[in-house]
Amino acid sequence: MKLACIAPVGFVEDDILAEVEMVIRNNFGFETQRLPGRPSPGGAFDHDRGQWSAIEFMKDLVASRPPEATRILGITSDDLFIPMLSFLFGQAQLNGAAALVSTARLRQEFYGLPSNRDLLMARVRKESLHEMGHTLGLIHCPDRSCAMCLSTNLEQVDTKLDRFCRACAASANTRMRSLLENDK
Amino acid sequence: MKSRWQILIVDDEEVMAESLAAWLREDGYTVDTAPSGRAAVSHARETDYAIYFVDLKMPGGMDGIETMMEIRRLRPDASVIIITAYATVDTAITAMKEGAQEYIVKPCNPEEISLLVDRIIKVKNLQLENQMLRKRLTGQYEYRDIITKNSKMQAILSLVRDVSSLRSTVLIRGASGTGKELIARAIHYSGDRASSPFVAVSCASLAETLLESELFGYEKGAFTGAANQTKGKFEVADGGTIFLDEIGDISPKLQADLLRVLQERRFYRLGGTTEIQVDARVIAATNKDLTEEVREGRFRDDLYYRLNVIEINIPPLADRRDDIPHLARHFVARLSSEIGKAVSGIGDDALKVLLDYDWPGNIRELENAVERAIVTTRNRSLCAEDFAFLETAMRARANWAVPPISLLDIEKMAVESALGRSQGNIKEAAASLGIDRSTLYEKIKKFGIQR
Repeated sequence: MKLACIAPVGFVEDDILAEVEMVIRNNFGFETQRLPGRPSPGGAFDHDRGQWSAIEFMKDLVASRPPEATRILGITSDDLFIPMLSFLFGQAQLNGAAALVSTARLRQEFYGLPSNRDLLMARVRKESLHEMGHTLGLIHCPDRSCAMCLSTNLEQVDTKLDRFCRACAASANTRMRSLLENDK
Repeated sequence: MKSRWQILIVDDEEVMAESLAAWLREDGYTVDTAPSGRAAVSHARETDYAIYFVDLKMPGGMDGIETMMEIRRLRPDASVIIITAYATVDTAITAMKEGAQEYIVKPCNPEEISLLVDRIIKVKNLQLENQMLRKRLTGQYEYRDIITKNSKMQAILSLVRDVSSLRSTVLIRGASGTGKELIARAIHYSGDRASSPFVAVSCASLAETLLESELFGYEKGAFTGAANQTKGKFEVADGGTIFLDEIGDISPKLQADLLRVLQERRFYRLGGTTEIQVDARVIAATNKDLTEEVREGRFRDDLYYRLNVIEINIPPLADRRDDIPHLARHFVARLSSEIGKAVSGIGDDALKVLLDYDWPGNIRELENAVERAIVTTRNRSLCAEDFAFLETAMRARANWAVPPISLLDIEKMAVESALGRSQGNIKEAAASLGIDRSTLYEKIKKFGIQR
């Protein structure tokens, strides 16, 4: 069994972390382990933009992956950006070890709407699957209901399901199998 | 079909270039980065990128606009997107005037970039598809269109180039499905006759008298039903090339007529009294061993020597296995867009199956196999399972107990059963037998099969 660590960065609610652990265990056959909370990386905050640099977060995650873990998935409530883009729901190393999901813009409150926990959990599940999928080499899927479909706004996140389409599931499976075989 | 398109991001800030590159890679594109205008230009010389993201302000002598102008000079078809942190009307106007496809201000909404890239790629895909379909429609293939890395084939292609502008007769030999007509077209369209017609005639599909009138034309009233004076293929091909496929199947009478045309470049229409002069280059093809036919007295030796001025022998696919991966990838790219299914590639396990197969039907069989796999697959990349039918076919061939009958009878049975299965549909029957239509017609004629 391969190990994926779930790393809360900054304050993240327990129920969200539990939800992420569940979705990773059920969909990939990873064993999961929750790492102790860590502060948002120093220097990641951009005062002009009032947002956090996803690049600094990723560097921090890559450096803090325990050697026994194959993957590390960071979860944060901070609002992320990269220089070119105004925001990110998450980021991942394609075929790499680290992935990151921000819950900031998945929350109804961000848009001045009343909080909706179920909706937030569904979005967290989809984005966690999506970013972890990238670490297994999956690219964006044209199937709008597949978790690997690119979503650049919340309507697109809400349209897709918290599971992979057949083709993406098959690719993820093949990749997981070869990860396990590499150990033998 | 995203994987074939490459993107270059040009920005002196590495963090900015790399983070955008990583984001675009998640979409399946191959993305490179360059830290300066100069580096971008040298990248552009080596790789044909579909889209360039170029930062407007860069130090080191070459700014975004200059970089764009240089890139557009090298790669007129590429799309350049200018990125800037400070939008002013002036710079936007300059960028667009100099040929930028878009002008975006960073930071940019992810949706905006994603839509922009999608839109450009969609147009590029359509352009590529259009080009491919146009080529298929007109059959204007040049030697550059022939996909091969095999040394024997490379030698053939260099011969094709050398003889393309000569007038000498060419005889192309090769098994069914090796691409004899493609080579003939390449000779024609690579030479100085390219703007004149290329006329292909399958000598096996027509009865003798019909072939005669087809080749030489006829005068009004030459025979029952000859209502109008009609030009033959030789006349139509005047100034260009006439391609005589399955030349080994023509009757002794036609062999004599053909020899006269080759020697004198003159002939009469059927029922005609005026001599017609033509300048048509003759390229003939056959899958038969003509020297054997000559020895057996079935083919005139003088005609054989006339035809065999330049001989091209196309090896069967089994003898050029190194080409199988290129050909398979090419067919996947072409057929997936023709069929309209998002199959983006072919896996190593599938290539292994293709490399192990013996391809009795040659490239045509490979093309059919890839088409069948694309139609039936549920994956985005073809895998070994999608080609399972080849293993079944191979096993069926290996296990099949041949009844104690003659080779000819077996061939006849195969043709009859294929025609039966396809209910007389020639195209379908030919495909299942792994031969082309003209070869099938030849066999139908040979065995006197009633359709």
